[in-house]
Amino acid sequence: MNWIRKKIDEIKKPFQPGEKYEKFAPAVNALDTFLFVPNHTTKKGAHIRDAVDLKRTMITVVIALIPALIFGIWNTGYQHFKQLDVEYTFMDAFLHGAIKIVPMIIVSYVVGLGIEFGFAVKRGHEVNEGYLVTGLLIPMIMPVDIPLWIVALSVAFAVLIGKEAFGGTGMNILNPALTARAFAFFAYPTYMSGDKVWVSGATEVSGISGETILGTLAAGKEVAYNSADMFSGFIPGSISETSTLFILVGALILILTKIGSWRIILSGFIGAAVMALIFNALGSSVFTNNDLMNFPWYNHLIVGGLAFGVVFMATDPVSARQTLKGKWIYGFLIGFLGVMIRIFNPAYPEGVMLAILLMNVFAPTIDHYVIQGNIKRRQKRLKLQTAKTS
Amino acid sequence: MAIDIKVKRGLKLRLKGEAEKIKSPALKSKTYALIPDNFHGLVPKMLIKKEGTPIKAGEALFYSKYNEKTKVVSPVSGKLKTIERGARRRILRVIIEADDEFEYVSHDKLDPLKTDADKLKNHIFEAGCGAFFKQRLYDIPANADDTPKAIYISAFNTTPLGADFEFILKDKKEHFQNGINALTKLTDGKVYLGVDRNAKSFLHDTENVELIRVSGPHPAGNVGVQIQKTNPINKGEKVWTIRPEDVAIIGELLSTGKFNAERTIAVCGSDAVDRQYFTTLIGAEINSIIEEVDTNKTRIISGDVFTGDKAENGDHINFFANEITLIPEGNHYRMFGWLPFKDNYIPSMSNTSLSRLSGHKEYVVDTNLNGEERALVVTSEMEKVMPMDIMPMQLLKACMTGDIDKMENLGIYEVVPEDFALVDYVNTSKVEAQEVIRQGLDLMLTEVG
Repeated sequence: MNWIRKKIDEIKKPFQPGEKYEKFAPAVNALDTFLFVPNHTTKKGAHIRDAVDLKRTMITVVIALIPALIFGIWNTGYQHFKQLDVEYTFMDAFLHGAIKIVPMIIVSYVVGLGIEFGFAVKRGHEVNEGYLVTGLLIPMIMPVDIPLWIVALSVAFAVLIGKEAFGGTGMNILNPALTARAFAFFAYPTYMSGDKVWVSGATEVSGISGETILGTLAAGKEVAYNSADMFSGFIPGSISETSTLFILVGALILILTKIGSWRIILSGFIGAAVMALIFNALGSSVFTNNDLMNFPWYNHLIVGGLAFGVVFMATDPVSARQTLKGKWIYGFLIGFLGVMIRIFNPAYPEGVMLAILLMNVFAPTIDHYVIQGNIKRRQKRLKLQTAKTS
Repeated sequence: MAIDIKVKRGLKLRLKGEAEKIKSPALKSKTYALIPDNFHGLVPKMLIKKEGTPIKAGEALFYSKYNEKTKVVSPVSGKLKTIERGARRRILRVIIEADDEFEYVSHDKLDPLKTDADKLKNHIFEAGCGAFFKQRLYDIPANADDTPKAIYISAFNTTPLGADFEFILKDKKEHFQNGINALTKLTDGKVYLGVDRNAKSFLHDTENVELIRVSGPHPAGNVGVQIQKTNPINKGEKVWTIRPEDVAIIGELLSTGKFNAERTIAVCGSDAVDRQYFTTLIGAEINSIIEEVDTNKTRIISGDVFTGDKAENGDHINFFANEITLIPEGNHYRMFGWLPFKDNYIPSMSNTSLSRLSGHKEYVVDTNLNGEERALVVTSEMEKVMPMDIMPMQLLKACMTGDIDKMENLGIYEVVPEDFALVDYVNTSKVEAQEVIRQGLDLMLTEVG
């Protein structure tokens, strides 16, 4: 270990202040701090510090994403071979998925981190770790057959317009991964919706219909899957959002490590359940022709991007709410509006993305009112005090 | 009638190296120093300017430029050795070379309960005990011309490795009570004493105070938490705080006529060899209590791990400190140390370290920052350790941007840096929260006054 450390110190020499490549120090530091937690010590204040830092936080989220990612890779192959109706092994399915998805992940990280490094060098600040999560999230919420150039463009849009334009990690208003998806969805809708994009290779074979469950319902067709399929994830959909089971494994990792907000996750599911129950109640009597309305409330929780969105997107600490009370309201409204949009928008039945983006925009307002509550308590006390003395 | 407070939010951190409850006299220190920086906001004006001038114990050395009645007196008799100055002739330390036998300034003996309030206040300030009082708003030395709405003392120490006030004061019960009696004359309101609700202590029997029985993790023992839960500070109000051992010094002054600057110092921390309590005097040399250490390997903290000052061999103990803490320096690299569940010997409030699973084990924690400073990204962690009705992240942001209105609205008047010590500790972004709050308070002081 020591010789690696010495080697790095040697490599870093020309990047020290006053040296030739001083400007590129953030890029080299990023690589160095990836290998080693630096020897920085506290100066005063609290002389001791918690073991957690932003790198550890972000890597924990990446670890929480891995079960859903691995399942997504396998499910891509599974859906492909199932539609083709050919013999396949577990490894065949996994490899097929990997060949499709790994390049997307590589493109996402290369483009995204490239821009992040560029901005760090330009602005002279250290590379923040936020993109470690965003870079993995973006491919995970894309349809499997999306061309790599759209992934690259979406990443560039999300990082440049969604994040760096606001000042970088910690300053953005919208969730960058969802910004990427929203960009792809509105700029290249044919690659992002329909019945051919959710199953790998579906466009090349005629007769294959790989609609998502929500798409099927919106089109008024019969759903061929039961609740167990929906929960376990053996269904077509965006790469990693089909398996609620593995998403919940991720949620468990986030909650147990205390990295994700259990308040948002729980209130998100509650909000969705409440809305779905309302429509279930109305649906049977009022809107008899809308299958999405009559879709059982518990199924609403396990299909589409709801679970993935609530667990991994809504909990993004930057674009989510900062106040504890605010988190309850924020999560609840994401679930609530997500199901509402899903039901009323047959053209694009997945409403969670829009619900989260909408709540990202409204989040400061929620916080504002929570903070005002705190301020008012203080002002009330002051008024009482003045009344007492006068 | 006592007030009971149960604090839920906070963090109990078990560190290795608590001081054993043994008290011995420290070696006699050759020099003693008073450090003006220990009194934030006090601009010292020297009363004795010439080096070599003989000084009595209890004789005033300097006073506050803006607050002339606040005087800082010599803990020992001897001669003024040096006035150490820094940039722009700022006084860093006033060092006194001690005599073998001390000669004390003699003060009148007074019965606080029978003495007129003004006379008592003048007496206390004249004798140099005014320097013991801190004022909230702003965490600055108290002004003798003010009458605070209440005086708070917290005799419950919840900081990790914190010195036990009960043990420190048990030989000085009468002086402590006498001091409390004096404090009742300095305020129109009440004198509040915070004590450990779960401990059996003579402190529970203190008279003439409003007893606050507190339980819970740190910062339950912080006087700020106790103030907010019992009688919060509003704009325009002033509350004084004082440490329990200083109350005993005031009590002793009034009953004996002598300013006895005795301090009981707990030597603690995983790197400390002789972990116990030592009696010495205010401003003694650190090396009269602990042996010299290699400061590349060990950090000497004059005070506790959360709010103390980094010290070097040859430095003197802080005016208010009752601890010297020795912990390992963390100036080392850790390969892939950012991976969760690696280096599990480092505790974390998040559960990305398995340290919690080790149950009641005490940790050896070094001074490594465990990361680098980043933008404020992660939310809610500050709230978990903030039992006051304060929104820590929002207040920090307001202080960072210097937004005075927001700072006022979010409760800047109710906090001092030590209330943000745990925020310093837990926050992922490694932002220096205590420093930000101090700057915020200084801004308020200059802009609002």
